[in-house]
Amino acid sequence: MNSLVQTENLSKTYTRGTQHVEVLHSINLAIEEGDFVALMGPSGSGKTTLLNLIGGLDAPTGGSISVGGERIDQYSENALAKWRSGHVGFVFQFYNLLSTLSARKNVELPLLLTRLTGAERRERADIALQLVGLAERAVHKPAELSGGQQQRVAIARAIVSDPTLLVCDEPTGDLDRQSAAEVLTLLQQLNRDHGKTIIMVTHDPKAAEFAHRILNLDKGTLVDVAERPAA
Amino acid sequence: MKYLQLVLAALQRHKARTLFTLLSVAAAFLLFGLLDSVRGAFSGAGSTVAGLNRLVTVSRISFTLQLPKSLLERIRAVPGVADVTYANWFGGIYQDQKNFFPNQAVAGNFIDAYPEWKLSAAEREAFRNTRTGAIAGALLANKFHWKLGDKIPLQGTIFPQKNGSNTWTLDLVGIYRIADPQQRGQENALFFNWDYFDEARAFGNGNVGWYVVRVADAKNADRVAQAIDALSADSDHETKTQSEHAFQLAFVSQFGDIGLIVGAIMAAVFFTLILLTGNTMAQAVRERIPELAILKTIGFTSSSVLGLLLAEAVLLLLLGGIVGVLVAGVVANGLQLSMGITLPPIVSSVAVWLRALGLMIVIGIIVGAMPAYRGLRLRVVDALAGR
Repeated sequence: MNSLVQTENLSKTYTRGTQHVEVLHSINLAIEEGDFVALMGPSGSGKTTLLNLIGGLDAPTGGSISVGGERIDQYSENALAKWRSGHVGFVFQFYNLLSTLSARKNVELPLLLTRLTGAERRERADIALQLVGLAERAVHKPAELSGGQQQRVAIARAIVSDPTLLVCDEPTGDLDRQSAAEVLTLLQQLNRDHGKTIIMVTHDPKAAEFAHRILNLDKGTLVDVAERPAA
Repeated sequence: MKYLQLVLAALQRHKARTLFTLLSVAAAFLLFGLLDSVRGAFSGAGSTVAGLNRLVTVSRISFTLQLPKSLLERIRAVPGVADVTYANWFGGIYQDQKNFFPNQAVAGNFIDAYPEWKLSAAEREAFRNTRTGAIAGALLANKFHWKLGDKIPLQGTIFPQKNGSNTWTLDLVGIYRIADPQQRGQENALFFNWDYFDEARAFGNGNVGWYVVRVADAKNADRVAQAIDALSADSDHETKTQSEHAFQLAFVSQFGDIGLIVGAIMAAVFFTLILLTGNTMAQAVRERIPELAILKTIGFTSSSVLGLLLAEAVLLLLLGGIVGVLVAGVVANGLQLSMGITLPPIVSSVAVWLRALGLMIVIGIIVGAMPAYRGLRLRVVDALAGR
């Protein structure tokens, strides 16, 4: 398999006033296309920072990061935004759906940045909702859905533009055990059946069991890589 | 247009807040529509085509000073003058001070200088031949339920009669109408026979307030005006001949600089609106930081977010403002029909609309600028982390 994500000596330092805090130190990492990776580690270990860098939401202060062969650390803010819209899907702990839009309209959001017509956007949004098992809830607003359903809408929004890479930050952190299992199963299906490469930050060892590999971070350093047999 | 759903969704986030903001914007633009119409009406007074060949001759010192009637034939003899007539401000009150309306004593041929006033030949004839005859505009007659043949007692506030009475009883012999709906405010006036006025008044006899001169060719108006003023040069009653429009502006300026007053009120209204709407927009955007972060996360550029927030502010102003100006149009029409002619006719014109739309867009950009800038500068990772 080819490496989809590759980092070399990746580091990130935050400056707060006169203080400089190095959150990531020389991370060297390769994630293959079609992989499902869980990023684990204690709070403050740099998991989310690493995920943000891989997803193109933030820029490193040192080293390089390539995704799909593109050196995204060299991109401008606008170029990164355009790149994200075509290549990455994001899933967050708190779903972050727009409360005034229906499930379908939320899923359509990334497609507003494409040249698709309204009918085409709607059709693709419906397919994505069908994929996550929420076709019949398309016209419901987020407040009318359970937490698990909202997270599935967020997953539909993440995959609607057919990105190669899904980055998920604690996707089950706000869900009960059953909803969490449903969401993780859905991510597993997307990885297995649709070839999506998934990088998931989690604190939950049970959630990490759904991944192929577990990367452990501690104090900004990659300390351990655990391979798991394919599920 | 595909982004419109996002802008509308943002406005629906807090329906009550949006509604109250829309109402305040509508109220501000209702006021703007009315005040700008008033200002436009004042500056446009006397500027109809029919008025282009009319000049008004008044005292050079002040139009409140009178001129000798002996000037009448001398003015008539000036080359280029088609006809001349005269009038005197009377300032009478009908029944109650609050019933004030413009009323003037005018020569028998005064109405001939105003072809836009529609009056039957019989009524014109009756006005000329009735010593105490008066004509009133249709709006005024309707307001007081006057009909032809009624006696109208006016209380003089400037001119008492020789016999000591202040009551001038007039006979209504004509009711004039004006076809142009934008000029219908002129129907709120009354004119009566100058001969009766001059014979009966206690002072000022033989003098007139101003002359209205019809020129044969409007192109020669300047030359005719100079020739008329030359008649009384170096006398104790030097004249100033000007367009009817300029005369009416001078008359209106008695009440103060209408443009300045209206401008000051509108500035205060819009300043308040900017503070109010700006604060609302800032609050609305503050609450939506996570949503804006999500838009940026999925690929909206910073400038797209800036555009969305500016569009939201402008749309808010446009929705409220258009409602306000529409209501102003309705209210203005009502005022035009019901108010006395102390104000020229109020109109809701294309110019008012263009100015209003321009203001809506400018104010929308102003109130949206700060929140939009915040959206532009928003760092996704900070916003998602709640920082």
